[in-house]
Amino acid sequence: MKSITEMLKPRFWSTDDEVLGTNRWFQNYRRVWAIAVALLSAVALIPLLFVSSMDYRATRNAIMSENLLRTTRTTSNTRRTVSYFLEERRAALALITRTVPEAELRNPNHLREILGGLKAAFGGYTDLGLVDENGRQVTYVGPYALQGKDYSDQPWFRETMDLGSYVSSVFLGYRDLPHFVLAVRFTLDDKPAILRATIDISRFQELLTDLTLSGDGDAFIVNTEGILQTPSRLHGDVLEIMNLPVPERASRTQSDVVRSSEGEPLITGYAYVEGTPFIVMIVKRQAMLMESVNKASERILWITGLSGVVILLVILGVATFMVGRIYDADQTRIKAMRDMEHANRMASIGRLAAGVAHEINNPLAIINEKAGLLRDLFTFRDEYKGDDRLVGMVDSIINSVERCGTITKRLLGFARQVDTYMAPLNLPGVVREVLSFVQKEAEYRSIDVQVILEDEIPSVVSDRGKVQQIFLNLVTNAFHAMEDGGSLDITIRRTNDDMVELMFSDDGCGIAPENMERIFEPFFSTRKQTSGTGLGLSITYGLVNELGGEMDVASELGTGTTFIIRLPIGSEAN
Amino acid sequence: MSEKVLLIDDEPEFLESMGERLKLRDMDVDSSTNISEALDKLAAEQFDAIFLDLQMPGTNGIESLKMIKKLYPDLQVILLTGHASVEKGIEAMKLGAMDFIEKPADINVLSEKVKKAQAKKMILVEKATEERISSIITGKSW
Repeated sequence: MKSITEMLKPRFWSTDDEVLGTNRWFQNYRRVWAIAVALLSAVALIPLLFVSSMDYRATRNAIMSENLLRTTRTTSNTRRTVSYFLEERRAALALITRTVPEAELRNPNHLREILGGLKAAFGGYTDLGLVDENGRQVTYVGPYALQGKDYSDQPWFRETMDLGSYVSSVFLGYRDLPHFVLAVRFTLDDKPAILRATIDISRFQELLTDLTLSGDGDAFIVNTEGILQTPSRLHGDVLEIMNLPVPERASRTQSDVVRSSEGEPLITGYAYVEGTPFIVMIVKRQAMLMESVNKASERILWITGLSGVVILLVILGVATFMVGRIYDADQTRIKAMRDMEHANRMASIGRLAAGVAHEINNPLAIINEKAGLLRDLFTFRDEYKGDDRLVGMVDSIINSVERCGTITKRLLGFARQVDTYMAPLNLPGVVREVLSFVQKEAEYRSIDVQVILEDEIPSVVSDRGKVQQIFLNLVTNAFHAMEDGGSLDITIRRTNDDMVELMFSDDGCGIAPENMERIFEPFFSTRKQTSGTGLGLSITYGLVNELGGEMDVASELGTGTTFIIRLPIGSEAN
Repeated sequence: MSEKVLLIDDEPEFLESMGERLKLRDMDVDSSTNISEALDKLAAEQFDAIFLDLQMPGTNGIESLKMIKKLYPDLQVILLTGHASVEKGIEAMKLGAMDFIEKPADINVLSEKVKKAQAKKMILVEKATEERISSIITGKSW
């Protein structure tokens, strides 16, 4: 049983130089195949890979920039919200400084009322205090006892006095609660004073925690030193130092990809809140955002891979098929060339043989006549008569000449076999022509020769000389097989399948069954002792085959033999 | 009665010995080595049979046969050739050759052919004589 590789292996694969022989101009099929496969694969697969990788990159970039843009927008909105929240509370303080009379600000009872109003209206306020130009808290309302506390050495006091308003970073302060300070400067009794409020970060925090963010997003605020101002989920709690680098100061909202301390890429949007130490930050995990892209690219990879495999298979199939066809065509060509070479060689040998035979026949004829003359002299002249030894020698010469003659005739016969000229033939006509050759013999031996035509015989395209040779051989054979007074019937008829059948039936001695199988073998003859060369029937058989016909024999010992020849009608085109 | 035979062949050696052999068999033999000489001889005398070589240098045997047959339709021509093919033979027979023999040939076969040729010739001559007689008989008003 053949293995699978053996079955898949194309015919041309194992062609080696030996098979190609001298026909060097034919291809090395394996190389042709490899080149074809390589070229086709390159042409088909490179654009495919190129396009799919381009597509992958384009999709990835688009989604990436879309994500960055969305983060920027969210960050920007959050910054605006935070900014508005702070501005709102600062504005409330500013309103109080302008509308509430000075005496009432100094009165703790009044100030408590104001704080109550602020808490109800805005929320987030923890306490409220009035600080004079020396940094002493003149009035304080709130949960702690901070009345009279001196803030003059604190940085927020200096800054408020310089800038007019101030927002502090978140700190624990005396109260141990994360909060930040909001302060505004105003003029009290023609002297500068500060209204100071503490705001706890819970309201502040809500602004950020309420945001719904994609990609496991985290929104929080840090100050410029990187200390978290609101708790974050992933990057530390309030007042801890953020585990991310502090982004550079920028007037506009920015977003970028930042690597976390573990090396994970994070899409980070940030915005500095103007006039405060706060930076709003939104951090998303890139991996989660790009998950859809990865899924899509995985699909693209699959499709690309599959189509690549299909293309490769098709290319392999097509290349194998085409090279196989080339191989077959070349094989046919080689065979045709070899046949032609053979035919040419045979034709040359034939011409040579004919030339030699003809040239030899003439001198042979002379030897024959001279020897014959010698023999005649021995026969007719008394002075030479009776010398049996000389007569024997002459007879031996004559016999040898006869043998040479047989050989040269065979050579001529061989030469005639070589060239084929196909032309339409009228078979009954050819039979009659051949019969005219043996008519004399038939007459002597009173052999009755009948040609029987069973129906209209179409003309047959064949080689005249060869057909004549075939008929002559068969008729001669029949004559040899028959006693004087025998009869030979030649029946010609058309068979159904575009053949013309000729039957040469004699009533001669027949062929012994044990000889039947061998009669077409060269050099097989039952007349070997007399004159047969044993070539007649084998030559005939070869000729019939050459003309595309068939030859059969039926015989019964003592009753006669029938040789059946079937010749194709053929067309002149062939 | 001896048969009168003309041998035409380009090999003088062949002509010589064959002529002698036929002479030994009581035949009246003449020979020529080319066609024009043969034609002269044919014009001068009557022959019972001629042996013609189909392949002689300078002449095409078949053409010679045609010419001879045209001039002497009753002449019995036996072709003798070293280059025999069935096709050529058939062509020659169609042109009216009496027989076609391949070289080298057996002398007995040849002399037999000559005898037959002579017999044929006799029949033809008799026929011609008869015709002449009958034409004389019918032609004259008795």
